[in-house]
Amino acid sequence: MNNIGFLAYLRRDLLLAYRRRGEAASPLMFFLLVSTLIPLGVGPDSARLAELAPGIIWVMALLATLLSTEGLFAADHQDGTLEQMLISPQLVVMPVLGKVAAHWLVTGLPLTMVSPLIGLMLSLPEIAIVPMMISLAVGTACLSLVGAVGAALTVSLRKGGLLLSIVVIPLYTPVIIFGSATVQTAIDGINWLPPLAVLLAMLCAAIALCPLAIAGALRLVNSN
Amino acid sequence: MPLANPLMVDHLLFERDDRNVFEPINFTVDAGDILQIEGANGAGKTTLMRLLTSALQPTSGSILYQGEDIRRCRYEYLANILYIGHQSGLKMTLTAEENLSWMSPATCSGDDIRAALAEVGLRSYEDVPCHNLSAGQHRRVALARLLTSTATIWFLDEPFTAIDKQGVATLEALMRNHVDAGGCLLLSTHQDLALDGVRKYCVEPHKQRSLR
Repeated sequence: MNNIGFLAYLRRDLLLAYRRRGEAASPLMFFLLVSTLIPLGVGPDSARLAELAPGIIWVMALLATLLSTEGLFAADHQDGTLEQMLISPQLVVMPVLGKVAAHWLVTGLPLTMVSPLIGLMLSLPEIAIVPMMISLAVGTACLSLVGAVGAALTVSLRKGGLLLSIVVIPLYTPVIIFGSATVQTAIDGINWLPPLAVLLAMLCAAIALCPLAIAGALRLVNSN
Repeated sequence: MPLANPLMVDHLLFERDDRNVFEPINFTVDAGDILQIEGANGAGKTTLMRLLTSALQPTSGSILYQGEDIRRCRYEYLANILYIGHQSGLKMTLTAEENLSWMSPATCSGDDIRAALAEVGLRSYEDVPCHNLSAGQHRRVALARLLTSTATIWFLDEPFTAIDKQGVATLEALMRNHVDAGGCLLLSTHQDLALDGVRKYCVEPHKQRSLR
């Protein structure tokens, strides 16, 4: 139909995140802080760290995204804006996509931007920095979309966090497999585009399907 | 703006946990009508409002918009209604102006928004974050949507909650203007309105339910 709903919700959610900068920055702080613990736990041996780095960075990125996903629709549900969204005269997928895009811009994108720093800390070979950033940018967008489905399903639960993890983590597995594979193949000096292509294909599928699932879940939750 | 036969509700029923919430609902609303929905607490007034705005799907019966079931002309219908419920739909970290402007049609200019806020008595509060406003002022921000909206059918669920006397008068004037222009209005309130021509409809809780 039109993209008015998309832009309006994208702008509003970005503004809301800006007003609550501290809250919006917490996934990023989590990502940074926990990642600094790894060299302390594993030891400063750079060869061993480099071996673990792709997996660690991806697990941290996944957890940081999951942390922020829970509140994606909860506030809207409480203050009644969710209901207004569902009865607005447009396809619900547009505002939903706007909200998810805003979520990615405040979590996935900053996370991608600081990831070289973490890479440096974990002695990730320089050659793998660019593949890591691209795979994180694409992968965290997938995580935001898939996580939003879980957030929509658990929106009316007071303590939905654990249930959200149970619903969403199995769906995260392909993303983490191909995400870390992209970084690993780059370290091994092999062509890293094939796993990245799979990741991109997953993003395309998620953009097409997740908003429908989210809209359906929100209607379901709102209908009693 | 007057619509022919804007709203007709025919034998509407809604089940929750396998029990009917209220007795079958039947009424028609014409252009220029004010329908006050009454009923005891828990009778199902808000449920009825949510059914009418298509947030809930009826178990049986139908809601006709200009003679057509709203499930078949959903977007046309939704583009022409305005619903203000119990929850204000305001974001507390946004200012009054920001809240109103994202809830209003895209055609509204910044001047329209500020004029609407001034009209509901919030002049010079435009830039105040909503968490610094009182409950009555929150309500006023939400009700300022009545001025920016182009919808013909208004659904107001307890619009007078937390509003002061002078605010009630402003609100009633707004309602009067709306129905004089051929719009229609459904509201649920326990208060008597100082408007003429208000029809009343009483929502009866379902008999089986009240026997339990």
